[in-house]
Amino acid sequence: MGGRWNYFRGMASIDELKRIATQVRRDILRQVHAVNSGHPGGSLGCTDFFTALYFHVLKHKPDAFSMDGNGEDLFFLSNGHISPVWYSVLARSGYFPVSELNTFRKLNSRLQGHPTTHEHLPGVRMASGSLGQGLSVAIGAAISKKLSNDSALVYTLHGDGELQEGQIWEAAMYASAKKVDNLIATVDANGQQIDGSTEHVLSLGNLQAKFEAFGWMVFQMNGNDMQEVVAGLENARKHTGQGKPIVVLMKTEMGMGVDFMMGSHKWHGVAPNDEQLAKGLAQLEETLGDY
Amino acid sequence: MAVQFTFTDQNDTRSGFGAGLLELGKNNPNVVALCADLTGSLKMDAFEKAFPERFFQVGIAEANMMGIAAGLTIGGKIPFTGTFANFSTGRVYDQIRQSIAYSGKNVKICASHAGLTLGEDGATHQILEDIGLMKMLPGMVVINPCDFNQTKAATLAIAQHEGPVYLRFGRPKVPNFTPADQKFEIGKALMLKEGKDVSIFATGHLVWKALKAAEILDAEGIDAEVINIHTIKPLDEAAVLASVNKTGCAVSAEEHQRHGGLGDSIAQVFARFRPTPLEYVAVNDSFGESGTPEELMVKYGLDTADIVKAARAAIARR
Repeated sequence: MGGRWNYFRGMASIDELKRIATQVRRDILRQVHAVNSGHPGGSLGCTDFFTALYFHVLKHKPDAFSMDGNGEDLFFLSNGHISPVWYSVLARSGYFPVSELNTFRKLNSRLQGHPTTHEHLPGVRMASGSLGQGLSVAIGAAISKKLSNDSALVYTLHGDGELQEGQIWEAAMYASAKKVDNLIATVDANGQQIDGSTEHVLSLGNLQAKFEAFGWMVFQMNGNDMQEVVAGLENARKHTGQGKPIVVLMKTEMGMGVDFMMGSHKWHGVAPNDEQLAKGLAQLEETLGDY
Repeated sequence: MAVQFTFTDQNDTRSGFGAGLLELGKNNPNVVALCADLTGSLKMDAFEKAFPERFFQVGIAEANMMGIAAGLTIGGKIPFTGTFANFSTGRVYDQIRQSIAYSGKNVKICASHAGLTLGEDGATHQILEDIGLMKMLPGMVVINPCDFNQTKAATLAIAQHEGPVYLRFGRPKVPNFTPADQKFEIGKALMLKEGKDVSIFATGHLVWKALKAAEILDAEGIDAEVINIHTIKPLDEAAVLASVNKTGCAVSAEEHQRHGGLGDSIAQVFARFRPTPLEYVAVNDSFGESGTPEELMVKYGLDTADIVKAARAAIARR
């Protein structure tokens, strides 16, 4: 039936996080395979980040979700298409029954193709899918926390291709000008988007320099090294409250953990067939029990 | 029974919004306001001065403003965004659709300088499509008050409503004639003048013109009923049907495209429940242009005389 991880902030060891991550990767493959649709590539690439965030970094209450999240750290997924990884960590950390992963993208499900509040799925606080909107919403939530004297933090994740959207840079300008320093944005820098590499489609140039020019504190980390992800997110956390928004540029490999899905944009939005699923699952240990 | 109205003075509906917002600021600590570099034009300066910690100047970045407003609701704030109507709707439609409407966020989108009466700035700024855009969004309430007092009352009322609202108002000084102490009920049409020959359903700046038209019609022996539809969505279908059950024909009057506006909402009610002749007073598939508000309303067929003509035509089709 698939288990949850009993979780408290800062409790899981690196080894435990790695073991959770292999289960999350299994969940991703099985979700997209079951409905022959969805986005496995970016989901697999961000699995280590999501696992570290939900099982080690966030101060949150998975078993008592509230939209307002007073006193809790909030997370906003701006690149909503990588919903399979988010749904897996939400379920595995206790926001909703793990068995519900079985409803992903099916009729009458709370697990819509792209995440939404519309079906009241615990853990989700805004709809995303149309790209470039999450940073603005997160800024609003961060300001709301400041107005309420709530010292918890607001996190976001964005795709690197998503940074081609202009609204991201409106938001980036605002966050530094207005000193929104309770905000940690992360960017999944996998260098890939639907039509090919970001370099080929529309080069992002020097992202570190761009964010610095916009007045942000910028950190980099390897998003597929669990130790580095945990250390990187804790380091970012330490730098909040210093008058600047923070962005962590996270180098990842699309398809990470499944050898034939890595090194290409081909698996951005394509589900594995039966044979490919079996081949992928053979590379990922079932640590918490499949749903 | 018709509501009592008396002409008191000329005032702009946007100032009604500014006055309402200031009052909300005093009475409701959760009310916050955002503006995209048009604080003076939106009459939000009094709120900014009184509550600087609850006012957010976002600069010329409307998409970001809508997203921030959506985020501010998380934690219980009630955000009011302010900019011109074209920048409040068409420019940010996808942000409103996904981050506000689909996400079910309690944001009040307040839009000034709607329609032709923006005047000399011309068609780039004279949005005539905003009612249609906004009423199509599931769950969105669409309100277009008719004068200063009603705009102020509507501003107070929408803070009490849980869910996204589009509040549309305008730039010029127009007659202020509804009661200062009116209670604004979202979705409830107001009977301004009872009559038996033709129903005139008017919204926004066209309401006063409809009352003037009714006086002219009265001199011709035509007894027109004038109903103020301040809430276009949800539409007071019962009031619309009750009126035409009596009169048998109707005129819709609005500062908006014919396609997708109040008239189309009324036509839908007629088609579904009671086929009824309807004449539109609205802009006929055209952009506006520079000119004074008065000149534009005449040229584009939105004046008192056009309502009179439409009423005669509706009666002739009965």
